[in-house]
Amino acid sequence: MSSGVDVNLENIWIKFGDFVAVREANVNINGGEFFSFLGPSGCGKTTILRAVSGFLTPSEGRVLIGGKDMEGLGPNKRPTALIFQNLALFPLMKVWENITFSMEVKGASAAERRKRADELLDMIALPGQGDKLPSELSGGQKQRVAIARALCAQPDVLLLDEPLSALDLKLRQHMRTELREIQQRVGITFIYITHDQGEALTMSDSVAVMRAGIIDQIGDGNAVYDRPATPFVASFVGENNVFRGKITAINGDEALIATNRSGELRSKITPAAVGKLNVGDEAMMFVRPEMLQLGAGDAKSTITAKVVNEEFEGNSYSIYLEGDGGKQIKMAMPNLGTDPHRAKGETVSFSYDAHNAVVMPAGDLASE
Amino acid sequence: MKKPMIFSEFFRNNGKLMGSILFFLVAFWIIFLILLPQLSMLDYSFRYNLPPAEVGGPKDVYTLRNYRFLVKGPEGASDAFNYVDLAVFVRTILAAMAVTIMNLILCYPLAYFLGQSKGTGFVRLLVVMLIVPYWINEILRAFALRIIFGDVGVINGLMMQLGLIDQPYDFINADIALYAGLGYAYILLMLFPMYNVIESLDRNQIEAARDMGASWIRIHRRVVIPHAKPGIASGMTMVFMLSAGALAAPQVLGGTSSLWFTQLVYQRFNNTLDWPLGAAYAIVLLVASITIVLTFMKIFKVNMGDIGK
Repeated sequence: MSSGVDVNLENIWIKFGDFVAVREANVNINGGEFFSFLGPSGCGKTTILRAVSGFLTPSEGRVLIGGKDMEGLGPNKRPTALIFQNLALFPLMKVWENITFSMEVKGASAAERRKRADELLDMIALPGQGDKLPSELSGGQKQRVAIARALCAQPDVLLLDEPLSALDLKLRQHMRTELREIQQRVGITFIYITHDQGEALTMSDSVAVMRAGIIDQIGDGNAVYDRPATPFVASFVGENNVFRGKITAINGDEALIATNRSGELRSKITPAAVGKLNVGDEAMMFVRPEMLQLGAGDAKSTITAKVVNEEFEGNSYSIYLEGDGGKQIKMAMPNLGTDPHRAKGETVSFSYDAHNAVVMPAGDLASE
Repeated sequence: MKKPMIFSEFFRNNGKLMGSILFFLVAFWIIFLILLPQLSMLDYSFRYNLPPAEVGGPKDVYTLRNYRFLVKGPEGASDAFNYVDLAVFVRTILAAMAVTIMNLILCYPLAYFLGQSKGTGFVRLLVVMLIVPYWINEILRAFALRIIFGDVGVINGLMMQLGLIDQPYDFINADIALYAGLGYAYILLMLFPMYNVIESLDRNQIEAARDMGASWIRIHRRVVIPHAKPGIASGMTMVFMLSAGALAAPQVLGGTSSLWFTQLVYQRFNNTLDWPLGAAYAIVLLVASITIVLTFMKIFKVNMGDIGK
């Protein structure tokens, strides 16, 4: 198999009439990397993928694959292979014909193709299934056949457009691991499109979080989860509690924020916002549910609120507390065998470590 | 084993009254609109042409006279075979095949375009524009074509204006008008079944094939045409059957020397008033057409069920 090559998007704009689907995208994907575009539906992530695969020409900007400008090259001329959301297996061709279609195009003999199909079927753990029709396979098996078909073309870059979205939860989780393994085995660049942050975080080396045509942040899973660049990223990737207020003091990478209902709270400034926040600015502070703990702590990181509800999830408890403007604050605690039950309506104090909170200029949140 | 279950389920879903009415209507359709007319034709084709007084009399017995006439000609004729009628028969079948293939070639690109450009306003308008001419009676359309192809018609006028010819070309006698008319008469029956199947083709499959480097021709040969096969078969069957059995276009647009087999049938019924002979000719045409369609379906591995889709 070919080794991975870099993919660079330089100042890509994609417009459909007046509608701007992608705005000024600059992305550098390293060879052999598992890179994900993560965002809600309609954010332009599939559009970007189509520009990389060659089905769509950007209105502005360049797509470079392996340093080569792809302008004017159609999808059949690019070293990419695309796995479609619905897989798009050819229903009237047998599995082995599906897998080796790219070889058929190049005029390979049937024997050659059969041999290669058998190799790939072994790789995807479906030996001896070559003579079946796609309709005779299960969802997960079709998934693997689609991967084999894409890999058979020996692409430098594999593009995946939410290929797991049709599978049930168990299978999806299993396929995540499998996809990651396949990627590491073949060593080529994977570009993965998803709206599922779990998929993006578990599989990717790097994630680009997109919103309405704009890339808000590019970073590894820890960066986008722990150090979100914008309120959108903070609220879209994983669960988060938001506290709105005004900045009252700034000290290096720490700030004090006067929240509407919980008083003055202390927080780290998210790296992307360091130097951009001023005293008096409208700001948002985010604390993850798992970063909250029961009991008072430092005065500037302690909140009191009424318990609204409690959910037991086996390995953890979720406690919901009365928050800002009808929004609830969620606190997640591991089930350690101690019984942290709180009665509904009881007022509790809880706190967090200021290092685990991030504050940034106020902005749009991800809609729920 | 399976049928009673279908029936009981049918009655359960529709209720006894509605179920009975629907059942009766279907039975009526099958018996009175399909079986009886064909059986009566078949019966006629094996009888003598008798004056009304002798029908049911001692002379009214079954005979192969009519079929013998098609093959051998009148008794005591000089030729061993009825070359004239047989030639018309063969020519009709071959011409109907040619018209079918011509329509297929014309319709495939259009059906592909319509089917893959997913219901935009322009496409819907185009479909309506395609249908509108068919709101006019078939015979009137044939006459319109006769005028267009006539000596002082649009086409001759245009070609003479452009200096391509200096004498009007006789499209009618060259049978060009006839083929154009036959093709035009049933072209929608080729287009729509193909359009329907191609519309149901997942566009991602075409893109997937393209992504894997397939050429335009290969995409059609390996992806689009296999998918469209039932629609193609259904369209071809209808166009072939209807062209072979067409009467209006050959009557109006046929040249002086050309004769369509249906015109022979028509003559037997209307001019020589020999209904049994006409019935025999019609049965031969029907059986031959069905045999040809079934043979081609066998060759191209199309199921009967696919055509009904």
